[in-house]
Amino acid sequence: MLRFILRRVLWMIPSFIAVSVVAFIIIQLPPGDFVTSYAADLATSGSPADPATLEAMRIRYGLDQPLVIQYFHWIWNALNGDLGVSFEYRTPVADIIWGRLGMTALVAFCTLIFVWIVAFPVGVYSAVRQYSVGDYIVTFLCFLGMATPNFLLALFVMYLSVTYLGYSVGGLFSPDFENAAWSLPRVVDLLKHLWIPVLVLGVAGIAALVRIMRANLLDELGKPYVETARAKGLPELTLILRYPTRVALNPFISTVGWVLPVLVSGDVIVSSVLSLPTAGPILIQALKTQDMYLGGALIMFQCILVLIGTLLSDLLLVWLDPRIRYDR
Amino acid sequence: MTASSAPADLPAPVDLRAARRASASQWRLMWWQFRRHRLAMISSVVLALISFVAIFCEFLAPFDPNAFTPRYTYAPPQALHFFDRNAEGGLVWSPHVNGYKVTIEPTALRRVFVVDEAQKVPVGFFVASEPYSMWGLFTLETKLFGPLNKGDPLFLLGADRLGRDMLSRIIYGTRISMSIGLIGVMLSLVLGLVLGGISGYYGGWIDNIIQRVIEFILSLPTTPLWLGLAAAMPNNWPPLQIYLCITIILSLIGWTSLARVIRGRFLSLRTEDFVTAAKLDGASERRIIFRHMAPSFVSHIIAEVSLAIPAMILAETALSFLGLGLQPPIVSWGVLLQEAQNIRSITTAPWLFAPGIAVVVAVLSLNFVGDGLRDAADPYRQS
Repeated sequence: MLRFILRRVLWMIPSFIAVSVVAFIIIQLPPGDFVTSYAADLATSGSPADPATLEAMRIRYGLDQPLVIQYFHWIWNALNGDLGVSFEYRTPVADIIWGRLGMTALVAFCTLIFVWIVAFPVGVYSAVRQYSVGDYIVTFLCFLGMATPNFLLALFVMYLSVTYLGYSVGGLFSPDFENAAWSLPRVVDLLKHLWIPVLVLGVAGIAALVRIMRANLLDELGKPYVETARAKGLPELTLILRYPTRVALNPFISTVGWVLPVLVSGDVIVSSVLSLPTAGPILIQALKTQDMYLGGALIMFQCILVLIGTLLSDLLLVWLDPRIRYDR
Repeated sequence: MTASSAPADLPAPVDLRAARRASASQWRLMWWQFRRHRLAMISSVVLALISFVAIFCEFLAPFDPNAFTPRYTYAPPQALHFFDRNAEGGLVWSPHVNGYKVTIEPTALRRVFVVDEAQKVPVGFFVASEPYSMWGLFTLETKLFGPLNKGDPLFLLGADRLGRDMLSRIIYGTRISMSIGLIGVMLSLVLGLVLGGISGYYGGWIDNIIQRVIEFILSLPTTPLWLGLAAAMPNNWPPLQIYLCITIILSLIGWTSLARVIRGRFLSLRTEDFVTAAKLDGASERRIIFRHMAPSFVSHIIAEVSLAIPAMILAETALSFLGLGLQPPIVSWGVLLQEAQNIRSITTAPWLFAPGIAVVVAVLSLNFVGDGLRDAADPYRQS
């Protein structure tokens, strides 16, 4: 067990390196570097920069070095907590992103819990009452949920709230609590706003998970041990919850691995529609203005967030499911 | 059952259905299986219609998608009436829509359109229009339908911020959105076939490497990566180049699941007896793959491809919606939804949601067809 955990954690190192390379490539992709955009900035403001100054800047930031050296330079600074300077905000990237990433993690975590809570009973119902009217309705809603882009859903919820409730539901805090320190009323205020992004983000995940739960449980329901338990006179509900459901439950934990990337992806789009203070909106802003240090750092940490989530789900799965034996 | 009542000396009745099943070809069996999936059948019809619209969009759209009429900004949708009452009160065939009455709202100084029952705008089929180029090949001057008098307002799905006809824009958007899905999937299919095929056919260390790469890509959140790559495109590129670049970006990340399916197929087929037999016969690798293995995996791949298209369409829509995908002179569903981005415009003009309905319908029917194809992909499996 310990060896498995150790091996699995060690596997994270190459993943982290790969993620950082991807982020670095994205930072490097736009033509020119940030000195070029700095020069363009100065030129539009009417005072073109002196070429010698620009060259000095390039040397100062190591931009004249080959790419590989630049990568190590960047990653070394990143490990020391220096992620470069955001061109747009004129502040270190590290100062901007932590709070935002925390919010992304919070939204993703709440959505995951919500997805589980809803998908579990609905999936079980849909399998146990296969081909009933309820099952058909659930199936249809699932397909619809998977076909609706989540930003469209977010827009629609906004539209409904403005036309019928008379106020906009964007953001995660009321104006009073926007910049307040953490306190109980602020948490309550957060919960009042959080349900909308959680609902919007959760729909696609619920749809997918209900389908998986249904398929898995259907496989189990026909097996002899279920028949035996029924013959022994167990009440139907106890029987289903105690045996086949437990076997079919596996995907619920292993789905963290693929639901999390979907959630973090969705968060980027949904939060820019609902103007949430998560990593999404500033990522889009950064990419549009080619503020690449900020954009690259955000992408890297979103990926790392997902990798850590996947790691936790893998460990949880081994711990919960005695059938999985990883140590050979 | 029926045989027991028949005289014993008659030959047993031949089960015609079983005989037909036994002699039917693989593809015919698949068609029979597919036909039983009712939603998939309905969706195929819907998809055929959507493809028709995408192919003939110049002819079907009543107006040019970028033609704007400032007089009619945010004009609401008009209902199309086919019949009208004549002087005696009887119904006559005369397709028309009602015109608009414009009032200025005193507080917001905003123009408000009300559909005016008194005004009638006659609508005709195969009407003359401004000359336009069909497929960029030849010039036509007829549209499927349009206002009989040039310049009359005809906005069946309303107008947008600049007074452009939503219906025409959605029709043109169909071509771009559907084709980006199709081309993107073709590119990922090529990548998936090559890498998944190598991985499954040869196995060993090369399989290991490719699988680790796939697992890694699958574990990443796709939207930030797509956005990051799309943001690197210079925004002064010509539309066609942006279109191609977006397609490539989408397929660069989208090939992984296809590659997995293909690898799985190759792995399971590699150990089949008929493949071993072909190998012992001295058939070349190419012959084994294309002649012996292909017939059993092509159908599965078609099914997976049709399930991958909707993901592409959704991705393009999301990218364009955020302003990092296709750019405005090109009209795609995502670009159109960009107009619906702020809450003010969707409360004044809820019809800006219409492209979203097009996306949902297209994705839903592609999913159903894919589902049906997957069920039918293996006709020899007893269910």
